[in-house]
Amino acid sequence: MKPTDRSQVKFKPGILQNYLFILPAVLIFSVFYIYPFAKTFQLSLCQWDGIMPTTVFVGFANFKNVIFRNTAYWWQSMGNAGYITLIALTLQNLLALALAMACDRAIKSGNFYRVIFFIPPVLSEVVVGLVWKWIYNGDYGLLNYWLSQIGLSGLTRTWLADPKIALTAVAITHSWKGFGWGFIILLAGLQTIPRQLYEAARVDGANAWEIFKRITAPLMVPVFALVSILTVLGTMQAFVLVISMTGGGPGYHTEVPVTRILASMIASSRFGYACAQGIVFGLVLLVVSMLQMRIGKYAKTD
Amino acid sequence: MRDSVKRKIKNFLGQSGIHLFLILVSVSCIFPLLWMIGSALKTQQTVFSDMRLFPAQPHWENFYTAWVEGGFGIYFFNSVFYTVTVVAGIVFISSLAAYAFSRLEFPGKNFFFLMFLVAMMIPLPGSFVPLYVLLVKLHLVNTRIGYILAMINVGLSLSIFLLKTFFDKLPKDLEDAGRIDGCSKFGIYWHVALPMARPALAVVIIFNALNVWNEYILAMLIFSSKSLMPLQRGLMVFQGAHITQYPLLMAGITITVLPIILIYLFMQRHIISGLTAGAIRG
Repeated sequence: MKPTDRSQVKFKPGILQNYLFILPAVLIFSVFYIYPFAKTFQLSLCQWDGIMPTTVFVGFANFKNVIFRNTAYWWQSMGNAGYITLIALTLQNLLALALAMACDRAIKSGNFYRVIFFIPPVLSEVVVGLVWKWIYNGDYGLLNYWLSQIGLSGLTRTWLADPKIALTAVAITHSWKGFGWGFIILLAGLQTIPRQLYEAARVDGANAWEIFKRITAPLMVPVFALVSILTVLGTMQAFVLVISMTGGGPGYHTEVPVTRILASMIASSRFGYACAQGIVFGLVLLVVSMLQMRIGKYAKTD
Repeated sequence: MRDSVKRKIKNFLGQSGIHLFLILVSVSCIFPLLWMIGSALKTQQTVFSDMRLFPAQPHWENFYTAWVEGGFGIYFFNSVFYTVTVVAGIVFISSLAAYAFSRLEFPGKNFFFLMFLVAMMIPLPGSFVPLYVLLVKLHLVNTRIGYILAMINVGLSLSIFLLKTFFDKLPKDLEDAGRIDGCSKFGIYWHVALPMARPALAVVIIFNALNVWNEYILAMLIFSSKSLMPLQRGLMVFQGAHITQYPLLMAGITITVLPIILIYLFMQRHIISGLTAGAIRG
């Protein structure tokens, strides 16, 4: 009887002690995550300039403006982010796959290339943006210098000031910064494929393309799905590169949703509108990632 | 015979092509960094005309100028300070919580853990808007503590998740032994569980340290005094004010990048696996 007595006496302070372990985390999380999260929804229904002591309730007017009136270049910025994402999905991931397959064959030097290709991902977007801004510079950029050196001075231009090219230039820099991620994940995936499968196929006389189509690609579907989800979610929300390279210009040609949210907040002082933009964009991301998971599952069972 | 020679030549050409491809991409990764360091050693007059990678007469004093007059010395120390304090905060707070979620029993445990998990999954771009409003209300704008607390929150969910999964896989024998020896709950966490979690802690430290060092947006919203700014913000302020001073800007970027690159080259294995683990889970 004695032991149970003691445990019953200890029961309450013990539980309280357990709560102490999670208290700091819950406290910080409540103040800096949950409160702003809830506040986003509240502010999105209001009109507020960030200074006035009172907010004006306007219902869904902000959402109407964001979605249907397309004010502040909202859907254009969404299209721009979609365009960068498309380039990241194709160009960047194909490059990553090609590199991963090349390294998968020559495993000896694989680790060397892993180290090199992962340098751009550890750099900050500010650093990458500022260095590439100079590379693209019209007057003294490296790109124009090289083009004129190899006799292609006809192609030189002020890359980031050209409305037709600026967005592609940003997308290429983004892909340069990001392909190392896909490379690492794809290479890890490739290395889990048993070598005997390749040997057996080769003995049966399959060529490289057939091996890729029949063995590598089907086994890699889950990895492809993972890489493309990471690429889409990462690229759609990327914006610091835009800030450090173009500031959204020329005009609004390189604006992305998050830079528009920032502009609504800082430049126009429309806090409610900015929150509505954030919610709309969050929903778009949610739908996109759910669609992708569906497609990934479908491809897996196929 | 002829067939095998043909195949050998084809193989050799294929191999060379693959290596050429790999080397070209490698050069594209490293060249911008070398160019950045080389340009930091040129002068305002030669930086656009001297197209050699490294100038004949390197102007090392550019680094001194950037450090002292460009303010990068202050930015550097601020970055170090924020990185150390935020990572220390995350490690302590998230490991405490993760340990509780893995080992201790209390009502509402699953609810709280799910809360952190869901936060990790839901994307809410633009949550910096209400966060900024909150920081203004709490008078935490343009303060170090405001930035540190906000950044601790950024890394919290993922770190709790990574550490909890690690604790779940650890055997409980040693902790039981500690309990029999009369250790308090906190004592067992501190002396037994935490040291065993070193591999997972390394991942948490690497992931968050890089995240804080490279962070820009909260630093942009929170700080208006140069004396409080970290490097990334300092770089943008500098290039806004001295747009054409390329050697000094490149020196500033070098100061920002060099610690990362050095640490990365020494610990690349841990860093690559740590970052990918973080990215995939997140």
